[in-house]
Amino acid sequence: MTTTAPEALAGNAELRTLLQQVDKRRHRKDRVMRGLIVAAFLLAVLPLVSVAWTVVKHGIERFNVYFLTHSMRGVFGGMDAGGVYHAIVGTVEITLFAALISVPIGLLTAIYLVEYGRGPLARAVTFFVDVMTGIPSIVAGLFAYALFAVILGPGVRMGVVGSVALSVLMIPVVVRSSEEMLRLVPNELREAALALGVPRWLVVIKVVLRTAVAGIVTGVMIAVSRVIGETAPLLITVGVIDSINYNLFDGRMMTLPVYVYRQFQQGLVPCTPDQANCIATVAYDRAWAGALTLILIVMLLNLVARLVTRFFAPKNLG
Amino acid sequence: MSTTKSPPARSSTAGSGPEPTSARRLKGQRRAADRGASRVFRWFTTGAGALILVLLAAVAIFLVVKAWPALTTPYDELAEQVGLLRNSSSLLDYVGPLIFGTILAAALALVMAVPVAIGIALFISHYAPRRLANGLGYVIDLLAAVPSVVYGLWGALVLSPLVQPVWAWLNANLGWFPLFSGTVSPTARVLLTVAIVLAVMILPIITAVSREVFLQTPRLHEEAALALGATRWEMIRTAVLPFGRSGVISAAMLGLGRALGETMAVLMILSPGFLYSFRILEAGQQQSIAANIAAQFPEANPMGVSTLIATGLALFVITLVVNMAARAIVARRKDFSGAN
Repeated sequence: MTTTAPEALAGNAELRTLLQQVDKRRHRKDRVMRGLIVAAFLLAVLPLVSVAWTVVKHGIERFNVYFLTHSMRGVFGGMDAGGVYHAIVGTVEITLFAALISVPIGLLTAIYLVEYGRGPLARAVTFFVDVMTGIPSIVAGLFAYALFAVILGPGVRMGVVGSVALSVLMIPVVVRSSEEMLRLVPNELREAALALGVPRWLVVIKVVLRTAVAGIVTGVMIAVSRVIGETAPLLITVGVIDSINYNLFDGRMMTLPVYVYRQFQQGLVPCTPDQANCIATVAYDRAWAGALTLILIVMLLNLVARLVTRFFAPKNLG
Repeated sequence: MSTTKSPPARSSTAGSGPEPTSARRLKGQRRAADRGASRVFRWFTTGAGALILVLLAAVAIFLVVKAWPALTTPYDELAEQVGLLRNSSSLLDYVGPLIFGTILAAALALVMAVPVAIGIALFISHYAPRRLANGLGYVIDLLAAVPSVVYGLWGALVLSPLVQPVWAWLNANLGWFPLFSGTVSPTARVLLTVAIVLAVMILPIITAVSREVFLQTPRLHEEAALALGATRWEMIRTAVLPFGRSGVISAAMLGLGRALGETMAVLMILSPGFLYSFRILEAGQQQSIAANIAAQFPEANPMGVSTLIATGLALFVITLVVNMAARAIVARRKDFSGAN
């Protein structure tokens, strides 16, 4: 950007060294700011590396097939046992049901905004979807609790309440990402289909959605990976339990983030010297292993989402 | 999260665009094609859009409904039933320190996160090699993918022991400064540690929004600055930063909204207290609304739940105001950036 015509290059370089010598203060400031900006980036990478490293280091000890296939039923004190199976079951069921609620609503809203949206309603929807992304997760949990408490009476704890809470957090993310993907579909495709006499709704379903399906799937998976780590709303709506519960509509369920929190909260186990199989830090170890499981699931979802975009995206887009 | 991208396709699909052919096409085609299944489908999608507004209204309504008993019962009666209110003289007296703690933690996190986020955004938009920029942006986005409970675990078991000597040093040498006064906590389960973790958690959103804005700086402004002999930093200071100021402000407010509502990091790290206290190195001084709800909710009786939901309502209103202000700034900016 700073170079001029080629024949002036030699003189230009001379001029530059001259300028740099004359105006040392400004150039020193430039270098200092460059250093600070690079340092800011490295500073942000530091916690990421630290989190990843400690989770893997502490979590890998307990992370094995036994841990993944057993629940916490009958596990107490410093016993060298217990696993995360019941939490995985709960997390998968609750998150899938949340996706089942959010994806149709989110996708239809995105279609409305892109294909039909105009006037004050569309503007309001766009604005409030943005506002909704900022709802604190604990407030979403309180809302789901209040909703079911009004309908079914107070003190309800079951999986589906958690799903409703998560879907409040998930819907705006699904709307945003689907909307972006639908806007990428070239208008010529819509016009060509309409010109052939295809009714509008079939155009949307068979042409627009078909073209954008890879991006939408990716967006949904990213949204799932966002809500799968939510702890607070599940803590207050679904509760905690030590045994396996497959039924979303009856009783408490355990979920992975809540499992991590619960194990952390139990803290160090008081072990007396005469107890043979007592591990004082077993709860913390389980918490780290649970965190590792959770992070692996999130990373897997992100990875699959990226692969979906890479392999299934129509090649003539973008 | 890239909400500042202005979608260019909007005008052509919405039919209000500058090209008259598109508008005419849409009008004619609407008369012919908007019947039967197409009309049902349109109503269906419109209904989904309206449902979003209904949902947001429902969040407010159900919170008010469940908070109503606590808000309307005379305070003496309420305090008898709710153990949480033991030490306060009114409901406001109970919520006040919580709001104070929430805002103090979020503000500290913001003070730490904003300069770093601006630096990262500038690094990605103006310093990093073009080919690397996307990958580096993805690395920062990874920070947002880590679940909050993992941050809480990391903050409590790894970061706290690590920063404790630093806090002790700050307390010993800068103890005259109100924030660092008091007795330093031996476990570092204090608000400053919480603020660091919160800062890490809100970095990605601030960075993402600022980056988008910085990338929109008109190329000609930058080149004009360089042609006048500005160094790269002077170019950024005179062309990029003034252009991106409102975007950075709204990004910071979005980050503030996140920090206000964050539960797990505060719940797992902070040793709570209910005081209007600025001592961020002392244990048992502050507590945030969200963490208080999560901590007390499982053991609360119906009236206690109602009280907690009332505090949740306060949090909802605060974050709603902050987020709406931030979004309004972003939206207004969008209108102006077209003229540039």
